[in-house]
Amino acid sequence: MLSIRNLHASVEGRPILKGLTLEVKAGEVHAIMGPNGAGKSTLAAVLAGKEGYEVTEGEILFEGQNLLDLEPEERSHAGLFLAFQYPVEIPGVSMIQFLRAALNAHRAAQGAEPLDTAELMALLKEKAALLKLDPSFLSRSVNEGFSGGERKRAEIFQMAVLDPKLVILDETDSGLDIDALKIVSDAVNALRAPKRAFIIITHYHRILQYIRPDVVHILADGRVVHSGGPELALQLEEKGYEPFLTPA
Amino acid sequence: MQPTQDEVLTQHLTREYEWGFEAELEQELAPKGLNEEIIEFIWSKKNEPPFMLDFRLRAFRAWKEMKEPHWLNGRYDPIDYQNAYYYAAPKSVSENRPKSLDEVDPEIRRIFDRLGIPLHEQEILAGVAVDAVLDSVSVATTYKERLAQMGILFCSMSEALENYPDLVKKYLGTVVPYNDNFFAALNSAVFSDGSFVYVPKGVRCPLELSTYFRINARNTGQFERTLIIADEGAYVSYLEGCTAPKRSEHQLHAAVVELVALPNSYIKYSTVQNWYPGDKEGRGGVFNFVTKRGIAQENAKISWTQVETGSAITWKYPSVILKGDNSVGEFYSVAVTNNHQQADTGTKMIHIGKNTRSRIVSKGISAGKSNNTYRGLVQVSPRADNARNFSQCDSLLIGSDCGAHTFPYVEVKNPTAIVEHEATTSKIGEDILFYCNQRGIPTQEAVELIINGYCQEVLAHLPLEFAVEARKLLAISLEGSVG
Repeated sequence: MLSIRNLHASVEGRPILKGLTLEVKAGEVHAIMGPNGAGKSTLAAVLAGKEGYEVTEGEILFEGQNLLDLEPEERSHAGLFLAFQYPVEIPGVSMIQFLRAALNAHRAAQGAEPLDTAELMALLKEKAALLKLDPSFLSRSVNEGFSGGERKRAEIFQMAVLDPKLVILDETDSGLDIDALKIVSDAVNALRAPKRAFIIITHYHRILQYIRPDVVHILADGRVVHSGGPELALQLEEKGYEPFLTPA
Repeated sequence: MQPTQDEVLTQHLTREYEWGFEAELEQELAPKGLNEEIIEFIWSKKNEPPFMLDFRLRAFRAWKEMKEPHWLNGRYDPIDYQNAYYYAAPKSVSENRPKSLDEVDPEIRRIFDRLGIPLHEQEILAGVAVDAVLDSVSVATTYKERLAQMGILFCSMSEALENYPDLVKKYLGTVVPYNDNFFAALNSAVFSDGSFVYVPKGVRCPLELSTYFRINARNTGQFERTLIIADEGAYVSYLEGCTAPKRSEHQLHAAVVELVALPNSYIKYSTVQNWYPGDKEGRGGVFNFVTKRGIAQENAKISWTQVETGSAITWKYPSVILKGDNSVGEFYSVAVTNNHQQADTGTKMIHIGKNTRSRIVSKGISAGKSNNTYRGLVQVSPRADNARNFSQCDSLLIGSDCGAHTFPYVEVKNPTAIVEHEATTSKIGEDILFYCNQRGIPTQEAVELIINGYCQEVLAHLPLEFAVEARKLLAISLEGSVG
């Protein structure tokens, strides 16, 4: 599904990713761990197409398509979803209005008619129930006055509504207490599907106790230096990153 | 290479003014210039009662002694008042005012059709009574008979002077005196038409009353005068809309609006102002220099809502004098400026009565090279015990060549008053646009969504029928500001 080859990327002329290679297949869950400054969030930003991140070498294929040719919204239409580390507030715009605009943009890209209000509300309520969210949350402004945990849940909710193929969770676990972490993890597990892949970017082993990854990668200095099964996360927890930082 | 956010935003903001067409109508004009003879001409042309000549001449004499004010946060070249026409009327109206909608000149009807204001009996807007004002005169008023059955008077100011001179005489100039300020004095001297509303005691007006102002003639100023009286316990919701043709020279619009809210009444006044803003280089456009004020008696409420997207310069401060105890004043404003537009707008809340309350919510949006200023005054007099004010003034900047300014003046002379002020300035940030893009929403649409959200609190106060229009107008005014 996603094939990243020898990716080099810079921010303001400073190289951050230095030859990153990663292969993700449909249905898989990959965890990407690594020390601060390793390039984890840069990877998420480059995948989503954020301005200011310059790819200097390498390629990214998403379902055979050159991802780097696409605008951020086109990547979204193609099925890429980024759960933000710091979701922004959009004052005065309700979750309903926001997701109506998003869904209809997706539908327009596929040549489909916009959803009517009844269809939209049915879909939103169904997904809210799935994530055990109070429906009143739909009428609130996007992320405005939300706690950290609420914001992260709102991201997962948006993911459920947009039904993406590839989900990137950028440190979704940071700042969550144990209850919120469980809720978010349960939601992600409920959305695991054979046609969907996840990339979980995280500092901590903690979230991987709830969402069991197929592959764990250690990212250091802009490259994947070590990959392994779920047990790797446990080893990291015990020994720290140091033993893994010398490339094998 | 992707365009930068600023480029995108700027593109979004550059769309042609849709209402800029001009119609060829046979005009009756007063001679050019301004002097006592012209004022007498207007007075006699309009068949006004004698007290009006006195009112106009006093205003004119006061005006001559005044200086054109230039304290607003913006600039314009002095206006040549002698090089303009002070009375312009389509001949078909001026010679014989139409008695019914069917008698309206088809040319004039076509103008209003193009503006989406049908004046045909079969097609008039449901639920809204419209007074259509073209240049200096009212050309038609819909639903007049139906309103009259309830004792509600809704007609042009000219008709009011003809049919209800005593009512007009009693209230005209009581809220905005003839010598209030330079432009109000000019208006008092030469005003030609406008709307008049009287809602009798205890009557709740069942329709939205609306006036649509259109400037068509060349080199004319438009000086409309609106007077709304809500008698005890009455309620009325009134809306004005305005457009003008595109012209390379500036046009002066100096209106006066007076609201009289008698005890226990409620007047809701909404404006969607879309005068021609001038072109991208700042040529042409309407100077919108307006005095709007209301007096709220005991337990009365006055609520101003305005969406200001047009005009080269807007200079207006819809105000409320909270004279009666327990009276309430509100001001909800969205002001959008783009290209070279300048807006200096805000409100005055003058607390005189006890337990008076006021609320101010102002949302400024600036783009292009424009300047957007909020200027407001909250004044609490010594006897206004327990006065309360809450003000919120937010500014949103699009691009980096525009300016936003806030001048909130507060004068409190009573220790029991509570006055709160909040202000924010923000940009439509890349983060928020990227967030929308990531969810699949293209930038242009994202900007509309964000701006609508930003203005939500104000738009929610517009009558439902007009909120949709206002949203569209906002989107159009800012189109091309993001790419």
